[in-house]
Amino acid sequence: MSNKTSPQYGLPPDRLEKQFSDYKPLYTEAEALIEANRCLNCYDAPCISACPTGIDIPAFIKKIATGNIIGSAKVIFEANMLGYSTGRVCPVEELCVGACVYNDLNSSPIQIGRLQRYATKKAMEIEENTGKKLFPLNRRKSEKKVALIGAGPASLACAAYLALDGVEAVIFEKEVLPGGLNSTAVAPYKIQAEDSIKEVNWILQHGVELKTGVEIGKDISLEQLIDEYEAVFIGIGLGTGKRLELQGNDSSGIWRATDLIRKIKNDPDFSLPDKLNTVLIIGGGNTAIDISRELAMLGVEDVRLLYRRSRQEMPGYEHEMVAASRYGVRLVENVTPLEVIRDGKQIKALKVMSNISNDIFELPCDWVVEAVGQLKHVSDISPDIEVDDQGRVVVNSKTRRTTNPKVYAGGDCINGGKEVVNAAQDGREAAFDMLKSWGISPSLHGEKYFKSFTSIFTQEVSNEEKMING
Amino acid sequence: MADLSINICGIKSPNPFWLASAPPTNTGEQIMRGFDAGWGGAVWKTLGEPIVNVDSRFGAIDYSGTKVIGFNNIELITDRPLDANFKEIYEVKKRYPDNVIIASLMVETKEEWREIIKRSVDAGADGLELNFGCPHGMCERGMGSAVAEEPKVLEEITSWAKEFSNVPVFVKLSPNVMDIRDPGLAAVSGGCDGISLINTIKSIIGVDLDTLVPKPSVGRESTNGGYCGPAIKPIALHMLAVLGRDPKINVPISGIGGISTWQDAAEFIALGATTIQVCTAVMHYGYRIVDDMIDGFNNYLDNKGMLSANELIGKAIPGFVEWGELDLNYDIIAKIDEDKCIGCGLCYVACLDGAHQCIHTRKGPCNAWHGDPDHGFGPRTEVMPPVWHNGGEPAMNHVPFVDEKECIGCNLCMLVCPVPDCINMVEVSHSGGKESWKDRTTNGSS
Repeated sequence: MSNKTSPQYGLPPDRLEKQFSDYKPLYTEAEALIEANRCLNCYDAPCISACPTGIDIPAFIKKIATGNIIGSAKVIFEANMLGYSTGRVCPVEELCVGACVYNDLNSSPIQIGRLQRYATKKAMEIEENTGKKLFPLNRRKSEKKVALIGAGPASLACAAYLALDGVEAVIFEKEVLPGGLNSTAVAPYKIQAEDSIKEVNWILQHGVELKTGVEIGKDISLEQLIDEYEAVFIGIGLGTGKRLELQGNDSSGIWRATDLIRKIKNDPDFSLPDKLNTVLIIGGGNTAIDISRELAMLGVEDVRLLYRRSRQEMPGYEHEMVAASRYGVRLVENVTPLEVIRDGKQIKALKVMSNISNDIFELPCDWVVEAVGQLKHVSDISPDIEVDDQGRVVVNSKTRRTTNPKVYAGGDCINGGKEVVNAAQDGREAAFDMLKSWGISPSLHGEKYFKSFTSIFTQEVSNEEKMING
Repeated sequence: MADLSINICGIKSPNPFWLASAPPTNTGEQIMRGFDAGWGGAVWKTLGEPIVNVDSRFGAIDYSGTKVIGFNNIELITDRPLDANFKEIYEVKKRYPDNVIIASLMVETKEEWREIIKRSVDAGADGLELNFGCPHGMCERGMGSAVAEEPKVLEEITSWAKEFSNVPVFVKLSPNVMDIRDPGLAAVSGGCDGISLINTIKSIIGVDLDTLVPKPSVGRESTNGGYCGPAIKPIALHMLAVLGRDPKINVPISGIGGISTWQDAAEFIALGATTIQVCTAVMHYGYRIVDDMIDGFNNYLDNKGMLSANELIGKAIPGFVEWGELDLNYDIIAKIDEDKCIGCGLCYVACLDGAHQCIHTRKGPCNAWHGDPDHGFGPRTEVMPPVWHNGGEPAMNHVPFVDEKECIGCNLCMLVCPVPDCINMVEVSHSGGKESWKDRTTNGSS
């Protein structure tokens, strides 16, 4: 069992992911000021509604424009303690940036993610340089303690909000490396493991405890945690990548996308073979697009994405597919993989069928990567927690409470695989529900909207509603 | 192409655009480059007993990322020997006979005025501008704006200048007075041929929040300076118009104050200026800005069907009246173009917090006023319950709408809307004819 005495968690410096440079580099001060000043400061802004954590985006941008970096970062963290990584890994084109009103003016939308990264990064630097904390360590004002399973974004967010209100939060992580997918899976041109770890350590400094190398169900049981702690939060994400039932895919040259991505990000001994000319990726989701782009950026000449339906039906984001295409990734639509053809141990080709003509043909290749979803593994932990037919933990949509009232859950294990920002919001909602149930008013919350309005009009509204409702 | 040439007090200028007396007119070499760029005239950096300047000298206000919307300086008059200045005036005038050179002057005693005016005229200046405007440094020595604040002194010095000069005399006024007509009328009484206005406004441009020293700092100290740049244009336009419509001010005016573009220049001319003078915009972008001033002004006059710049002079003055003469029955309301609206909500919040609560959103609760306009011009005293609007289509959700019965036509929503032509103020027909407050008080019905 290792713990936070080793803040880099044995992360070796030489990894393939270090070859990637930032797709959206950190703004300089001048760039940030120009972009911040472009913001129209919309009222009840659509970008806020588009953010799963509801960050008051115009407010934090305005504060960047006035040079109030600490205030800006606080606005972000109050709504999203993972504001640093989400500024980099969020699919902003689909969320806040996609909702920016400038899109309707045919102008380029405000680069909210990059401004968020700037504010949080600069505020962390100011903290380091001055020793003054954005959120001073809370003297324990509560006797409550919460166990959190899995050190990914959901648990980290939940633990942070609990710790800020004086609750003892202990995260159990079975791996050595904390940070969840930010450390092990997110594309290296968005964030690399060092920065994910930096954020984990920043969260821990608010009084969160981390125990790595502890597996629930093996080293300690869920029932034991439920007994010992006031509440338990499950943030275990998804299991290993699914495999296709494909003849010939049981030996070398076949990869699960998640394994390959993880090797690129974390394994110092991993490198691509010299004679790797053609890689076929099977799948149409964001993981498939990510690994395609990563391989293309690492110099694989011929990277093709094989998807069983049309481009319009791909679950992966269009903006990600467009970006991958820029690095030479090609899309093969409407095909079903049938068989891996080998010459001895060496892969020779992938036999596929066109779903339109039913023609069967062979695509020569060196590697095949399967990116066809991940297994759910919540049943590994406890048979008592209700799981839906998709393998997702069933929770109350507001509180994130599971069918066991002492147990909460959030992140990919409840939604089947969404964004880091959704996990962060789950963790926050769960933390707030725990605090409220213990009579603790959450000291940080971003729900400022219509506050004055409701306080003035609450009585009249209810009267009127009575009238409307007869 | 309209004729841009101007005759002011008998001085002919190829166009109405002059460089104001300031750092851009410090030397003959600069002024010749200015003339090459297209400036019609230049008012030479004020001449007088050369002074010693301080470091630093300038400060500026930036707003939302826009640099130098306002500017101030604590620089004084020329710091170069008078011999050099007069020699350069002579040389420039010889090389640029068609361009105008006005000598800006500031000295103390009658003898000094006599001497410096003689030397200016001998050097070839087309006219003189008496600097009674500088609000920093020189006024502590009894010159500059100290003169403008004393109409009697101003009138007397003006009459000296007229006595000593055989070229036109302009008096440059300071805005740092209660009523610009006081120094204006004094200048006319003193016999001036023309008036230049405004000079800079007494100001502190800001405070350095690290050192807590006002800006611009001279070591650990600073002093008040003269404020200029785009932000002061409205103040200048008002003072210009007040003099422009006063029948007792029967001399031409050279307008100064925040002019950066041909539109600015055209507005000054329409409010009574015959020529205009520019400094800050040149300090920001260089002499080259005159190219678009000439070009744009020309196109504007063509579009208006005006054959010469003279036709525009004073054209907006009849529209500048007292508040009491405005039509109380004139009625406009805001109209939001739903196709153009981008849903930023700025009109909604501006009307809600800063105006009359007449714009509503289509989503969620709305605590703006909902009811009949029963308050007339009086304040609202009753708090009404909010109305829960039904959300329409998602795209429409963000488009606010105007309660047209309540809209008081103030313009605020239109002013804050970032989309061109999205909010327009539309006239509402009314049965009554024009009726002003003066009409009502005369009729005893107010």
